[in-house]
Amino acid sequence: MMEDNSPKVISDKIPFYRDVRFLKVFFQILFIIGIILLAGFLYSNMLNGLSRQGIELNLTFLNSEAGFELSEGIDFEPSETFLKAFWVGIVNTLKVSILGIFSATAIGFFFGIARLSSNWLIRQIASVYVECFRNIPLVLQIVFWYAIMLVLPVVRESISFFDSIFINVRGVYLPALEGTAGLILWLWYLLSGIIIAIIVVLGLAAFRYFFQSRELHATSRPSFISNIIFGAKWVAAPTFLIIAIVGWFLTPEVPFELSRPEFRGFNFVGGMNFSPEFTALLIGLAVYTSAFIAEVVRSGIQAVVKGQREAARSVGLKESQVLRLVVVPQAIPVIVPPLTSQYLNLAKNSSLAIFIGFPDLFQVGEIMMSQTGQSIPIFAMIMVSYLIMSLTTSAFMNWYNHRITRIGRSR
Amino acid sequence: MRNKFLFRISVLVLAILFVTPLLADNHESILDKVKNRGKLVCGVHGGLPGFGFLGEDGKWSGFDADFGRAIAAAVLGDPSKVEFVPLNAAERFTALQTGEIDVLIRNTTWTLSRDAELSTDFAPPTFYDGQGFMVPKSLNIESITELAGASIGVTAGSTTELNLTDTMRSLGLEFNSISYADIDTLYNSYDAGRVDVVTSDKSQLVARRKDLKNPDDHVILDATISKEPLGPLTIHGDNEWNDAVSWVVYATFFAEEHNITQENVKTFKTENPEIKRFLGESGEMGKKLGLPKDWAKQIIISVGNYGEIFERHLTPIGLPRGVNKPWTQGGLLYSMPFR
Amino acid sequence: MENLTFTQEVKPPDTKKGPVKWLKDNLFNTWYNTILSCLALVFLFFVFRGVLTWVFTQANWEVIPANLQILSIGPYPLEQIWRVSYVIYGLAVLLGLSAGIWDGLTRQITVAIGCLGAIILLLPFEISVREQTLIATVILAVSFAIGRNKHNWKRWVVVGWVLSFPWTMMMLHGFGGDTISTTLWGGLLLTLILAAVGIVACFPLGVLLALGRRSQLPAIRWVSTVYIETVRGVPLIAILFMGNVLLPIFMSGDFQLDKVIRAMIALTLFSAAYMAENVRGGLQAIPSGQVEAAQAVGLTYPKAILFIVLPQALRAVIPAIVGQFISLFKDTSLVSIIGLLDLLGIGRSVLGNTDWTGLQTEVFLFVGLIYFIFTYAMSHVSQQIEADLGVGKY
Repeated sequence: MMEDNSPKVISDKIPFYRDVRFLKVFFQILFIIGIILLAGFLYSNMLNGLSRQGIELNLTFLNSEAGFELSEGIDFEPSETFLKAFWVGIVNTLKVSILGIFSATAIGFFFGIARLSSNWLIRQIASVYVECFRNIPLVLQIVFWYAIMLVLPVVRESISFFDSIFINVRGVYLPALEGTAGLILWLWYLLSGIIIAIIVVLGLAAFRYFFQSRELHATSRPSFISNIIFGAKWVAAPTFLIIAIVGWFLTPEVPFELSRPEFRGFNFVGGMNFSPEFTALLIGLAVYTSAFIAEVVRSGIQAVVKGQREAARSVGLKESQVLRLVVVPQAIPVIVPPLTSQYLNLAKNSSLAIFIGFPDLFQVGEIMMSQTGQSIPIFAMIMVSYLIMSLTTSAFMNWYNHRITRIGRSR
Repeated sequence: MRNKFLFRISVLVLAILFVTPLLADNHESILDKVKNRGKLVCGVHGGLPGFGFLGEDGKWSGFDADFGRAIAAAVLGDPSKVEFVPLNAAERFTALQTGEIDVLIRNTTWTLSRDAELSTDFAPPTFYDGQGFMVPKSLNIESITELAGASIGVTAGSTTELNLTDTMRSLGLEFNSISYADIDTLYNSYDAGRVDVVTSDKSQLVARRKDLKNPDDHVILDATISKEPLGPLTIHGDNEWNDAVSWVVYATFFAEEHNITQENVKTFKTENPEIKRFLGESGEMGKKLGLPKDWAKQIIISVGNYGEIFERHLTPIGLPRGVNKPWTQGGLLYSMPFR
Repeated sequence: MENLTFTQEVKPPDTKKGPVKWLKDNLFNTWYNTILSCLALVFLFFVFRGVLTWVFTQANWEVIPANLQILSIGPYPLEQIWRVSYVIYGLAVLLGLSAGIWDGLTRQITVAIGCLGAIILLLPFEISVREQTLIATVILAVSFAIGRNKHNWKRWVVVGWVLSFPWTMMMLHGFGGDTISTTLWGGLLLTLILAAVGIVACFPLGVLLALGRRSQLPAIRWVSTVYIETVRGVPLIAILFMGNVLLPIFMSGDFQLDKVIRAMIALTLFSAAYMAENVRGGLQAIPSGQVEAAQAVGLTYPKAILFIVLPQALRAVIPAIVGQFISLFKDTSLVSIIGLLDLLGIGRSVLGNTDWTGLQTEVFLFVGLIYFIFTYAMSHVSQQIEADLGVGKY
């Protein structure tokens, strides 16, 4: 840019060391060479370091026997492989993150709205909640909740509700539905129900598309897709429900039975168990993140200019309509991006499970590292797993955000 | 032209960078490094009462810590010239291999794989231990076979975790293990009844039993499911340094065998030529090891003999001597001859 | 439309004031607010009763004074404690002078710290602690008095602040032969050092990354983007572990960094990525006309960025940056997992001590309170800056 303006006195040709086009390329090449040099330096050091430690870099260890037990998650035997153990860790992380996201959102919205309440007392309680839990490190909160969990009564003195819900130092035991032998048969009924429903819908849509609405003008003729939606609503869903219900009674054995926790030997057996580690982690994550979500929600609602509400009221909308039609559609696009980053934070923070012994992805990885010494490949696996989780979540939330903002604009 | 020049330069720089670490890998013994630095860096356990923990006054104390002081006394003549680095189970070997610490004294079990594969060398065990189980008395359990279905607490990423699984599998017992990265969390949750049983080295069980709310309500089962010889480690290949550390350990054994104590070492009168060599009054034992003449004497002056170290740290927490007695009394501690 | 009534009786505005009126307006204005208020009062009653009973009758607070020394400085040798004192005195001088020269926020902070010092004096701490607090408070007050209206000292005080950081490090670590190894740093001291180093170091790195991500040169842009997104996609604890376990493998044999330095590097690299995103937000808010105008008056591109764009961009994102500092401060608590004895690490090691087992709640509440005081103060300062600069108000 500068060259163009400068008077061309000396020569027509710019020397290459002052040519911006050349310099740009030159600097980038230099930069890349620098990066490569650094990487090479680290790589050679790594090889050195590994040979010093007597470790060979390979992935074969993943198929060898793990030899350790994991306290929770999908079924796992010590005789299974390290790879399976890692997968158990991933599933545990996903479980706690997803449950955490739902509960944090619910609590966060509650307190966010409470902070805008017209009631002074409620407003103060909400802001004390937010300030307290936002300003104390999460890890401290998690170890604190775990300490609280361990104060609960021992197994033999469990707090029980209706003899089916038990709370003790081993966690919370709930009754659960368990599939019986009849379940498979009933699932077949469900599958056939789905297939029949699809056939019915497609048939109906095709029929309506080709025959019923011939005489209508082309533009106002309902599209194939809208015919399908119509059919799904009014024909397929009832068909499916009828087949499902009839199938339930046709199955000789009831597909599900209620399994209640029972005290046997050392522990409760049966039912569903939320271990204290899981519960403490979940409470910690949900409470900590909810304090941030409350702030996000509050600022999102406050971002809707006061005039908008007043205008909505003045055209005669009821208070609930003001919220539903004016405030929320405008607040959501403001809320979603920061909400996304809170969700991502929650998923990443679930790695603090290692402080209380919940076998999430990170803890399992760490156990594997100390049992095999293969820290570099295992570390790469951990990083990639978290990256995939983060990128998928943010991709999903971006998509949702786009959809929401589009709806917001079209109205 | 220019690009070619650039290419040459970068090849040169690359070559230098790749070769330097190889050249830098010269073999100066850690013994000399410690002497030059005037300070020993010793890896210890962060929170194991009796073995290594941080006192209220901000000083490290315990059985393992005293062996660190003994090495400092032997090499530098001053037991206070040692710096302790608390390490967890996962990072201890890396810390040793990378030279962050000079010696690792952190109840580490001597196993074949660690000796051969991890490029570490062991000095003689300072404590012979074995893995056991602690259960509440109220459960009325006497043997491992009664543990079917129990929740068992264990330290994550340790040999105890693997031993536990091996034992339970060989006995065909179902169990549920909960592994904690942090030893305090492990015993807290055992105390609260979160796990029925806790398994670890027996010394650790004894040490930590004292901290439970009601120590008398808990019993350590007689069964021992593994051998756990615990001792100091040095990096593989540094024989001079490993020799020095080994002989520091032997010196504490030797002193107990011959009743040389912290109290009488300065005035110890003897005609026994071996003890004379030990005390540096004759021979050149120190010089052979690259240590000062009175190295062994300094050890005893600063921390005492093995028995004294044991009584100072492990007897108070209720650990019996067991096999950790001199061979003359039927134990396993056997000093090699000072000749 | 016909249904609407256009005449409506409007009462004159209520001019009554007082507590009853306030209660009526804020707690009992509608029927559901009345119910809510009653429920909230009942809830508060039970919470307060439970908490107060526990705090005053059941809790065993002896653990705190007994371990106050290691909670505040960790295993730092007691005979070297004068180093910490000197650092505090130095900071007190700077703070007092700044409070004298600049009014407003700086003065508020200084007064708050002075009050804190006075409170510590009144509490039953050991006599040496109170003595040092007294000296520090007096220094603060004296330098405040000296600094009043000495506006021409501004430049020197700024230089002083810049130098205070290396000076603090030098003092704490010692120089020459007599050094205090970083393995002896601990407690609140270590937490504050880690946070300070992280904050100071991540800022320039973050700005560079943000500029890199907006660069026109694809190579630089791509490298910055990949770095930022990768780091933001993984948990801090993973980066800390990497610093602790993998970094030594990647370093060459003879050159090793100690554990505290490795934790500092990990914290810095982690928060730089977040800082970069904050700064980028500010950069995006600056119209491109600013650079063009700057170049038109003859500034080179780097100068235009440094003197025109960055000051505006940073000003716009100060609240976000302070928020980032707050979370960095809280995040330092994670270093206890790699065995560093920061405030939380010391708290946990106290619980491992024979005499104090079973006092988790007391210790964690105390440690939490300390974190809370710092983070709450920082967020308060951030709000003040926001108000002073008028950021966010358009």
